[in-house]
Parts: sequence; structure tokens; C-alpha cells
Amino acid sequence: MRKSLTTLAVACAAFLATSAFGQTPEEVKKGVEQYREMLELGNPAELYALKGEALFKKKRGPKNASLEQCDFGKGPGVLKGVYAEMPRYFADTGKVQDLESRLVTCMVQLQGISEKDATKRPFGNADKPSENEQLVAYIVSQSYGDPINIKLDNPKMKEAYEIGKRLFFYRAGPWDFSCATCHAEENTRIRLQDLPVLSSPAGAKAAMTTWPAYRVSNSQLKTMEWRINDCYRQMRFPEPNFISDSVIALTTYLAYTANGGVYKGPGIKR
Amino acid sequence: MKKALIAAAAGALVVAGCASMKEMDAKYDAEVVQWMKRDFHARGIATMDRLDQDEVQRVCTQYDNKPPEAMAKQIEAGEMKKIKLPSDGKYMGDWKAGQKIAQRGRGMTWRDKPGSTNGGSCYNCHQLSTAELSFGTIGPSLNQFGKKRGYTVANQKYVYEKIYDSKAFTACSNMPRLGLSGTLTEQQIKDVTAYLMDPNSPVNK
Ligand code: HEC
Ligand code: HEC
Repeated sequence: MRKSLTTLAVACAAFLATSAFGQTPEEVKKGVEQYREMLELGNPAELYALKGEALFKKKRGPKNASLEQCDFGKGPGVLKGVYAEMPRYFADTGKVQDLESRLVTCMVQLQGISEKDATKRPFGNADKPSENEQLVAYIVSQSYGDPINIKLDNPKMKEAYEIGKRLFFYRAGPWDFSCATCHAEENTRIRLQDLPVLSSPAGAKAAMTTWPAYRVSNSQLKTMEWRINDCYRQMRFPEPNFISDSVIALTTYLAYTANGGVYKGPGIKR
Repeated sequence: MKKALIAAAAGALVVAGCASMKEMDAKYDAEVVQWMKRDFHARGIATMDRLDQDEVQRVCTQYDNKPPEAMAKQIEAGEMKKIKLPSDGKYMGDWKAGQKIAQRGRGMTWRDKPGSTNGGSCYNCHQLSTAELSFGTIGPSLNQFGKKRGYTVANQKYVYEKIYDSKAFTACSNMPRLGLSGTLTEQQIKDVTAYLMDPNSPVNK
């Protein structure tokens, strides 16, 4: 671990030194890619996953229980491969849930924590990560190597997919944006950031197999709930509620489109 | 006879199936906005009325940004009427101020303070001066725009109008309507117009 952190520091210094103004966009891009490769040696997401594991196993809340008996869809206590099949429908809540939403359910049911407390701080900052992000990092790392497999075998899943697709193409706000404005045409970018075509299987796979991710520009691990929240900010929309049906529907649409992609997260991003 | 009846029955089932699929589609279409209104909250200047579509947004969403020709023409004519031209009849401001506005990507999000100066985000989507290497490609390159199109008053007017309301020329353009939405002021639009149309601007070097 120590060693990879040192490598990280060296990589950062190298990156900063080469990112000076006056390079061609290709050179700048190459620098970012190199940076990314070097970071793969020691993705800081691992630190989040380690902390998440400790939190997951710790007895907490009024019921003084851990989250170990949480059912993420494959039975209580099973973590292997669960993220690759989320969002999914849960009969006990009667809802389609993503990982973040299901974690809240378990904190409420198993630990007796109030929903209000469980959703108090969904996104952290560089100084203070949110516990939610650490738990997420731990659980998704248990799906490494598993193919994304979202089934629309239930009317609620079908509904989430259909609404999610419509949300993706819904144009509104002062700048007339939809998700498709930035994510539906090949080879486009904003400034130097490549924009994946998320309505196509290839683009959706690239994105959904690598999120949640450690984001170098934020120096933090970020979740899919955050990614969608921040894109709505860029769209000049009002803010979507954390773990709301709309965000989960969009995630269902993207994840279903990414079916078959092999999960490789938590990833690392620019 | 029996076979024909079965075929007819199967046919009827298929038709019923299609009808209900269409009905489901219409139901989902109608529900999207209800879902958003339930699941979003106002934050700062980003108020909930932003979720309501105007006619242009509604038609462009409905037709996947490719409305029938006649409908597109109607939108463009309607948007053209919404453009407010500068009161003094001059389209050109200061290209140096325009460069800053073209560079600036801030404005209109829930993080922006009311009354703060907005940018035009031009570089997010367009190449302009070749000196700036960090540019987006959602829109076409505007490098050498004035030089190539000609430094005429008619072209100055076109650029002013395009920035004010992109949909007056391309019904479902991905470019925001920066004047109509109140993002840029009259003076800011003039400055950016000069950035594209002034022979001394780096865009035309
Ligand atoms: C104004 C442009 C814009 C709009 C509109 C937009 N996004 Fe994004 N999106 C971005 C940018 C910029 C990135 C980050 C790319 C990077 O960091 O390299 C991004 C990244 C993403 C990613 C991660 C992709 C990856 O491979 O890492 C997802 C998923 C995503 N957006 C989903 C959405 C959704 C869903 C919507 C609609 C709610 C949306 N975006 C609307 C600009 C936009
Ligand atoms: C979200 C992306 C986006 C932003 C931001 C944006 N544009 Fe555009 N722009 C486009 C697209 C896409 C087109 C092509 C389609 C069209 O003509 O509407 C375009 C077209 C244009 C054209 C017409 C080009 C021609 O050949 O006639 C001009 C001029 C222009 N933009 C100027 C600007 C300026 C100036 C700004 C900043 C104030 C700006 N744009 C901001 C996306 C954008």
C-alpha cells in the first residue's frame, strides 16, 4: 500500500509537470492517459473499500447490528456479484433499488438508524468522505469480473427502464439540455473531456463497468448517484433527490444498456 | 375454418398487444414529468419550473430532435420573432471582453449566485482561437469565422441572432438560446459577436 501511494505521488508530480499550456490536445490527452495508467498501480479507491469493509462489519445504530445480514438481492450476507445486477426489484420494499438505496434500507431495518440520518450526507468532500461512499466502494469491489446483468423481468423494472430512457432524452431547463445533448453523438467532447455515447451499448458498458470511481479532479471516490447529480447540475436543472426513483430509473436504463459488460470497478477517472 | 379462426384470434391478440404497447408508451411519456416533479427539488437559482418544457423543447423531445420539415420551419419562425436586436442598431462590442465570455463556462447552475456574471460556454462546444487548445466538439469549429464568412454587417447580425436564439435557425439545435434564456446580456452578446467578427480578434488570425 505504502509503495503504491509513493508511486501515486510521483505520478501526480509527473502529471502536473507535463500539463503545462502549449501542448496539442492530443499531447494533453496522452498525459492524462499516462496519469491514469500510473494510478492503476494504486487506485486510491482501495482505501475507501477498506474503510467501507470496516464500517460494514461494525455494530452500529440503536440495534447495535452490523450490515452483514443485508440482502442485496442474492440473499442475506451475499456480496459477491450483487452490484453487477443492480438496480434490481426488491419484493420486501416493492421498489426498484440501486445500491445506495438498498444500503439505506438495511441501515434502517437492521441497524435501526432513521432514514433521515442514513441519507444525511450522501456525498462527501476531499476532506471528509461520506460513509455511504466508503460502503459503496467495498460492496462494488465484490463484483469485480462479473458481467452486468439487468433483467426487465418485472413490471417495475420495465417501468424503471422505460421512464429512465425518457428521462435521458428529456430536454428542458434554460439551456435546453438533455443527457443526450452531451452523451448521444460519437467522438464529441466538452473542452478536453471525452463524452461517452451512453445510449449505445459500447458507451454504456465503458461507463457502467468503471463507476463508482476515484475521481482525480475531485480527489475522492464518487458514486453513480453523484455522477448523475452532477450532470443534472451541468444541465442547469433543479437537483434530483438522493436515491429517488428518477435517478434509479436513469441508472436502470444505463445499466440495462450496458448488459454483458464485465464490471471492473471501482474505477479511476480524470 | 377452424384454422382461420385461430389465425384471426391470434391476429386480434397481436393487435391488442400492439395497442396496449402504444398505450404503455403514452402512459410512460405522460409520467416522466410527474416523476421529475416528485423527485427533484429547487436549489438556489435552479427552480422547479425549469422542468416544464416550452413548445420547442417539447417538440424536439417528441421527435428525437428531428421534427418534420414544416414543424421545424414553424419553430424557427416563432423563435426569430423572440429575438431582441440591440436598441442602438450596433452588433459589435469589444472582442477582448468577448473572449472572456467565450471562455467562461459558469452560470445558471444551482451553485451560481443570483446576479453573478454568466459565461457563454462557447469553448465547451466550439473551437474558436487556435491558441486555446482546450475546446469542445459538440458544435462546429468557429475558427476564422469572420474571415471566412466575410466581415459584413449582415453576418454580424446573423452571429448576434444565433447567439441570442440558436433555434431561430436550427429548430432543435444543441446550442442553448443564450439571449432568450437571460444567460447573456445585450452587451455580452455584442462582445462575443465581435470576438467572432472583428478582423483583429484571435479567432480570425
Ligand atoms: C452539458 C453536458 C452534459 C450533460 C447534458 C450530461 N452530462 Fe454526463 N458527463 C458530462 C461530462 C463533462 C462528463 C465527464 C467526462 C469526464 O470526466 O471525462 C460526464 C460523464 C458522465 C458519466 C460517466 C461516464 C464515464 O464513462 O465515466 C455518466 C454515467 C453520465 N455523464 C451520465 C449523464 C446523465 C444520466 C445525464 C442526464 C441526466 C448526463 N450525463 C448529462 C457532461 C454532461
Ligand atoms: C452546448 C453546446 C454549445 C454551446 C455552449 C455553444 N454552441 Fe454554438 N453551436 C452548437 C452546435 C451544436 C451548433 C451547430 C448546430 C446549429 O447551427 O445550431 C452551433 C452553431 C453555432 C454557430 C453557427 C455556425 C455556422 O456555421 O453558421 C455559431 C455562430 C455559434 N454556434 C456560436 C456560438 C457562440 C458564440 C457560443 C458562446 C456564446 C456558442 N456558440 C455556444 C453548440 C453550442
